[in-house]
Amino acid sequence: MQLLFEQLLNGLQLSLTLFLLAAGLTLVFGIMGVINLAHGSLYMLGAYAGALAASKIGGFWLAVPAALIAAGLIGVAMELLVIRSLYARDHLSQVLATFGLILFFNGVIAWGVGRAPLQMDMPALLSGFLEIAPGLPYPTYRLAVMGVGVVVALGLWYVIARTRLGMLIRAGSDKREMVSALGVDIASLFTLVFGLGALLAGLAGVMVGPIRSVQIGMGEQVLITTFVVIVVGGIGSIRGAFVGALLIGMCDTLGRAFAPMVLKLWLSGPLADGLGAALASIMIYLVMALVLIVRPRGLFPAGG
Amino acid sequence: MRLKTLALASAALFAVNVGAQAQQTPVKLGILTTLSTPGGYLGEDVRDAILLAIEEEGGKLGGVPVQTLIEDDKLKPADAKQIVEKWLETDKVKLFTGVIFSNVSVATVPTVLEAGGIFISPNAGPSNFAGKACHKNYYVTSWQNDNLHESAGALARKLGYKKMVLLAPNYQAGKDALTGFKRIYGGEVVEEIFTGLDQTDFSAEIARVRAAKPDAVFQFHPGGPGIAFVKQWAQSGLKDQIPMVVAAPSLEQKIAAVTGEAAIGIAATTHWNTDFKNPESEAFVKGFKAKYNREPTVYASQGYDTAKLIGAALKATGGKLDDDAFRAAMLKADARLTRGPFKFNNNQHPIQDWYEVKAVKGADGKVSLATAGKVLEAHKDAYAQDCKL
Repeated sequence: MQLLFEQLLNGLQLSLTLFLLAAGLTLVFGIMGVINLAHGSLYMLGAYAGALAASKIGGFWLAVPAALIAAGLIGVAMELLVIRSLYARDHLSQVLATFGLILFFNGVIAWGVGRAPLQMDMPALLSGFLEIAPGLPYPTYRLAVMGVGVVVALGLWYVIARTRLGMLIRAGSDKREMVSALGVDIASLFTLVFGLGALLAGLAGVMVGPIRSVQIGMGEQVLITTFVVIVVGGIGSIRGAFVGALLIGMCDTLGRAFAPMVLKLWLSGPLADGLGAALASIMIYLVMALVLIVRPRGLFPAGG
Repeated sequence: MRLKTLALASAALFAVNVGAQAQQTPVKLGILTTLSTPGGYLGEDVRDAILLAIEEEGGKLGGVPVQTLIEDDKLKPADAKQIVEKWLETDKVKLFTGVIFSNVSVATVPTVLEAGGIFISPNAGPSNFAGKACHKNYYVTSWQNDNLHESAGALARKLGYKKMVLLAPNYQAGKDALTGFKRIYGGEVVEEIFTGLDQTDFSAEIARVRAAKPDAVFQFHPGGPGIAFVKQWAQSGLKDQIPMVVAAPSLEQKIAAVTGEAAIGIAATTHWNTDFKNPESEAFVKGFKAKYNREPTVYASQGYDTAKLIGAALKATGGKLDDDAFRAAMLKADARLTRGPFKFNNNQHPIQDWYEVKAVKGADGKVSLATAGKVLEAHKDAYAQDCKL
C-alpha cells in the first residue's frame, strides 16, 4: 500500500515534468504548425545555463532565473531567425531545419562548455527528505518540483482560459487565417508563444538538473516521450498536454514499478523480471496506440 | 593574393611532406571513437590521451611517426562501419583503435579483420570476440566486459553482503553485467531490476529497492544515467541505509566529481585510478592536466596505455605492420602502463589486477576517488578457455 502510494507520487512528479515540456511543444505545433525537434535543445540549454550560473556565479536560486532568461531569449532568437521562415514550408523542411538546430546547439555546447557532464547541486533547503508517511521519506526536492509543476499548470490554465492573450492563442490554434484576417499581429503572437514554450522547456531543464545528468543529448532523450504526450493529449491543447502527461507519466512509472511484480504471479522470477522490464518500456507506446484507435486526434484536440 | 597564399601554403606543405617521407612513411592510426551523444566524454578522453602520448614523443609512437585519422561514430554502428570501410579502402589504414561502445565494436571489428586490419580496442570488450571468435589481429587493452562486474561481485563478497538487489539496463551489456557480477558474488540475489536504456528517472526502481530491503545494492548505469542514479539514490534517503557497490563505468572520476556529495560512501572497483603511485601514472595525470586542463578519467588512462602498447609494438617492428611480427611484439606488452602489471591472455584480452576505490571529499571540498585496496589479482576472463589462439 505504502509502495503504491510512493509510486503514485513518483508518477505524478514525472508527469508534471513532462507537462512543462509538452505544453510548449503542443502550443508551437498546434498554433504555428511547426514540428520543433529542437524543443529538447531548449530544455538542455536551460539546464546548462542553470548549471553554469550555479557553479560560476553562485547558487541554485540564481540558476532558475538564468535558465529562464537564457532559454527564453534563445527561443525568441530561434523563432525570429529560423522558425519564422518555416511556417509556409512543409513538415519535412521543418524537421530538417530543427534537426539541424539540435546538431548546432549540441556542437555549441561541446565547443564552448565541453562534452563532459556538468555538476549541479540542489539548494541546501531542498536537499533532504520529508517523512510524508511513517517510514516513508520522500525527497523534498521532488515535492518542490511537483509544486512548481502544479503552479505552472494553473498559471497556464489561467492565461489560456481567462486572458486576452489566451483567447488569441486559442483562436490561433483553431482558426489561424481568421485570426490574422481580423487584424491580429500574428507574427508577434507567434514569437511570444514560441518564447513562452522555450521558457517552460528551460524551466523543466533547470529543475531536473539536480536530479538527472546535465549533458549533451539530454534533450533528445526526453523529446520522444514528450511527442507521445502531445499526440495522446491532442495536438495544440494545453488541457490535452496536461492529461496526456499525467497518463503517460503514470503509465511509465507504474509499469516500471509493478509490471515485473504482476508477471511474477504467473512466471518464474528471472523471466518475469526481464519480460516485465520489456513490457514497461513499451507501455507508453501501447497506451498511445490504444488512445489513437479510440480517438485518432488525441484526447482533447484543439479545434475538435 | 589569396591564390598566392594558397600556392605558398601548398608548397610549404609539400616540402614538409617530402621531408617526412625522406625520414619514414608515417603509420596511419585510425581512431574511431564516440565524440557526440551523452557518451561523448568517454571518447574525448580516449582520443585526447592517445594524442597526448603521440605528442609527448614528438609525433611518434615507439620512435615511429604516426599519422592519426579521427572520426566520431556518433554511437551508431552503421555510421561506424561506413567510416571504417572508407578508411580501409581509400586511406589504406591498417591499424584501428578508439572504439568505446560494444555495439559499435561488434559492427566494425569483423569488417576490419576481414580486410586484414588490426583492431586494438581501448574500451569495449564484448564477449562476442573473447571466446571462440577470438582473432589474431584483435586485441583489447581495457578489460573483457564481464571483468568489470566480476570485480564488483568480488568486492561485494569481500564486504560480506548476504542479500542484494541488482539493477542494470535491459539490453545485452546490462544482462552481461549481472551475469558477471553473480559469477563471483555467490550471495543471494533478492531481485533483479531491469531499467530502460537511456532512462534517467529511477524513482520507481529506487522505491522497489526500498521495499525489497537488501543488505546492499549493485547497479550498472554508465555515463549520464549513472550520474542520475547516484543523485536520485542519495536524494531518496536510502544512501545511509543500504550500501552500494558498482563497477568502474558507474562511478569513474568524472561521475564522482559531478555527483559530489551524493557519491560519498559508494564502493567501486577499477583497474586504474588517478592516485596510483607509479611513475607512469603520476606523469600521465600531470601531463594530461597540463595539456587539457581537466582531470583524466579511467577511460583516458586506457587510451594512454593503448598508445603505449602500440608504441612498444611499433618500436619492435620498426614501424612495420606485418601480421606475425607485429603480433609477436604486441603480445609481449613490453610497455610500462599507468595501471601497473599487465599481460595479454591467449585470447588477447588483459590479465590484470582490480582495485577497490571509494568516493571521498578532498581538502579542497571536491569529491574524488581514493584507492582502498586490491580486490582481484592477475584476473582473467571466463571466455579465454574457448579461444584457440
